[in-house]
Amino acid sequence: MRGATHAKWAACAAAVALVATACGGGSDNGGGDSGATLSSSWGDPQNPLEPANTNEVQGGKVLDMIFRSLKRYNPETGAAEDWLAEKIETTDSQNFTITVKDGWTFSNGEKVTAKSFVDAWNYGADLKNNQKNAYFFEYIDGYSKIHPDDGSAPSAGTLSGLKVTDEMTFTVKLKQKFSTFPDTLGYPAFAPLPQSFFSDHAGWLKKPIGNGPYTIDSYTKGSQMVLKKWDDYPGEDKAENGGVTLKVYTDNNTAYTDLLAGNLDLVDDVPAAQLKNVKNDLGDRYLNTPAGIIQTLAFPFYDPNWNKSGSDKVRTGLSRAIDRDQITKTIFQDTRTPASDWTSPVLGEEGGFEEGFCGDACEYDPDEAKKLIEEGGGLPGGQVKITYNADTGSHKQWVDAVCNSINNALDNETACVGNPVGTFADFRSQISDRKMSGPFRAGWQMDYPLIQNFLQPLYYTNASSNDGKWSNKEFDGLVDQANAETDTAKAVDTFKEAEGVVRDNMAAIPLWYQNGSAGYSERLSNVKLNPFSVPVYNEIKVS
Amino acid sequence: MGRYVIRRLLQMIPVFIGATLLIFLMVNVMGDPIAGLCGDRECDPATAAQLEKEFGLDKPVWQQYLTYMGNVFTGDFGTAFNGQPVTELMSTSFPVTIRLTIVAILFEIVIGVTLGVVTGLRRGHPVDTGVLLLTLVVISVPTFVTGLLLQLLLGVEWGWIKPSVSTDATFGELIVPGLVLASVSLAYVTRLTRTSIAENKRSDYVRTAVAKGLPHRRVVTRHLLRNSLIPVVTFIGTDIGALMGGAIVTERIFNIHGVGYQLYQGILRQNTQTVVGFVTVLVLVFLVANLLVDLLYAVLDPRIRYA
Repeated sequence: MRGATHAKWAACAAAVALVATACGGGSDNGGGDSGATLSSSWGDPQNPLEPANTNEVQGGKVLDMIFRSLKRYNPETGAAEDWLAEKIETTDSQNFTITVKDGWTFSNGEKVTAKSFVDAWNYGADLKNNQKNAYFFEYIDGYSKIHPDDGSAPSAGTLSGLKVTDEMTFTVKLKQKFSTFPDTLGYPAFAPLPQSFFSDHAGWLKKPIGNGPYTIDSYTKGSQMVLKKWDDYPGEDKAENGGVTLKVYTDNNTAYTDLLAGNLDLVDDVPAAQLKNVKNDLGDRYLNTPAGIIQTLAFPFYDPNWNKSGSDKVRTGLSRAIDRDQITKTIFQDTRTPASDWTSPVLGEEGGFEEGFCGDACEYDPDEAKKLIEEGGGLPGGQVKITYNADTGSHKQWVDAVCNSINNALDNETACVGNPVGTFADFRSQISDRKMSGPFRAGWQMDYPLIQNFLQPLYYTNASSNDGKWSNKEFDGLVDQANAETDTAKAVDTFKEAEGVVRDNMAAIPLWYQNGSAGYSERLSNVKLNPFSVPVYNEIKVS
Repeated sequence: MGRYVIRRLLQMIPVFIGATLLIFLMVNVMGDPIAGLCGDRECDPATAAQLEKEFGLDKPVWQQYLTYMGNVFTGDFGTAFNGQPVTELMSTSFPVTIRLTIVAILFEIVIGVTLGVVTGLRRGHPVDTGVLLLTLVVISVPTFVTGLLLQLLLGVEWGWIKPSVSTDATFGELIVPGLVLASVSLAYVTRLTRTSIAENKRSDYVRTAVAKGLPHRRVVTRHLLRNSLIPVVTFIGTDIGALMGGAIVTERIFNIHGVGYQLYQGILRQNTQTVVGFVTVLVLVFLVANLLVDLLYAVLDPRIRYA
């Protein structure tokens, strides 16, 4: 028995060695072997893998590999660049004419035409298809007919604002002016779909077909997906490796262990517990780069206690009582950056990010904090409870630290306590049911790198992610004005004015910007993370 | 015997209904599962309502339960949130966990019973003290510590095994995870066997067998062991269900995509269909294993009769 076990282990180790050398492919000049494949950690996508139904990173990762859309966000700068779009023209920021580039096909040979886009968008918007990203199409004329808000049966099967004018051209009519609309078109929900998606939907879901640099070779749901380089890919961003195997891990700690043991090439989520060792373990093969994610504390503005005169002083006071520098250093090991505005550094100065925009209000000053809170009438009920979900994301640690910081500043051991909620689903349903009694955790991962995306969904009256139900006429007006602006630079400036309103009212306390983190094996080079904290797979070189 | 089996099977029905109803209610009080499906933002109300209708969540709980149980009897366990039928999830994860359980049970039987017999026959001997100490250590150290340590030592430091189990999850790959999963039970099996053997060693029938001049080996295997195994068999039998349901820690550490992993995902995503489906099957496994154990008594000790 024991002998047999030993033999098996030896065989196993030998197999690992063989596979490793076989994958190595012989070329060790570091230039990269375009046929070699790599393996990467993955999480089981939460929803069926359809462009308009995928709203989390794991499914988005795959869509980014197998789809290319009208626009693509530059992996380094985040700028929206024309990709399948030959040109997008408008004179009034409301009616757009989109010409699709010739020469693109899906990996099954079908040509990508204007119809591929229009059909896909109609499918995504249609209420009867249950697509979770349907609201991305809400600006298009006719959305309320195909997706009635009250849940009644749709009275139309297509969006009236979309019209195919010839094979490669279609027009989009929006229900309101939206100057930055073309820049949103890089989001996966706007990807084109081949006819087989509609004719054989179940078959397509088993093995999705797209038009990106990779094709899906095999997909075992819940365990792994093998992607191969698509040799006939017509785009400029061809894959520089032979393919990627995405392996589902039950725990990111195991993925990290596998990376150390040489069993895995790329981990795109370094577990919090390993952050202390990661520099020793991997050296410069550890990436820690800013991503378009900001964490904030939101407030229940539907609760009169938090929405009376002086409340803004209390909120600002709380903001000043949080020692962001210390918390990001000790709890997050510098994988977060203290926030000083309500957007993200990935936007760049031109895109509307401004360091220090928050001013004094985000600077730690316990004395001033105490004074402000007293001036504002004190904490409602003498205590704040910060609500968070305890199941994922190790939120407990930082909430406790934030409370600790507030308690120290106010010289009161019970001024702030954490209020854990068991599951994320329960946390979300309590928010939707407006049951929050004090500040609560809010995080925002951008859909596209636009200042509009950091403001409008979060603070516009009744917007989709305005969880605190904050409402301000001045802010709404400025956002409308910015959206109607045809000049992008002017639009950004107007959005910043709107952000100023958020600041002056302290509609939410900005905490920190989140970085993407990744670690990789010695076989890989040219690994980087895009502004969405997803590895740029097609540029990775394998030696 | 036949009547006994039928009576036991009938008894299973209320247990089965009670257990599934309890799980159903527990998952339902955790809040609205649809709310967690759209990430850090609110689902748009129309889509949310549509999804609720699709998963049958818009009806009262008792009605949901009745429809669910009705479907279960026709073999339809519903659909998980990612669009996969729950039966498909089961067909990929149960074989893996069953393999893992078999490995663990084998370890319990082979190592546990052997150590138990050896120590039981030599009470007070240094071997006995040594094994007792060892089992004490194994029982007191939590499984995830043993698991992570073995993974780090064998997988990363010495490179004998892969730290994670591949999609195929073959028996060879499951040896170390199986040992980790079995460890605590193994220690109990050892102690249980030891006590039982030591007790029966002094009984009349063993003395008679020795006096008749039977060879030592025959006395131990045919007379002593057979009678001493009754409590051990009970323990191992009930352990089958516990191991399958409790593999969640081991499965997480070694990246095994088995029942524990699916249950964990199901609970995190509050997927009633997945959780209730898997628990239903686990309850069945538990009940059947218990029945088999009771029937095995008669094999071990013919004096036990069922009517």
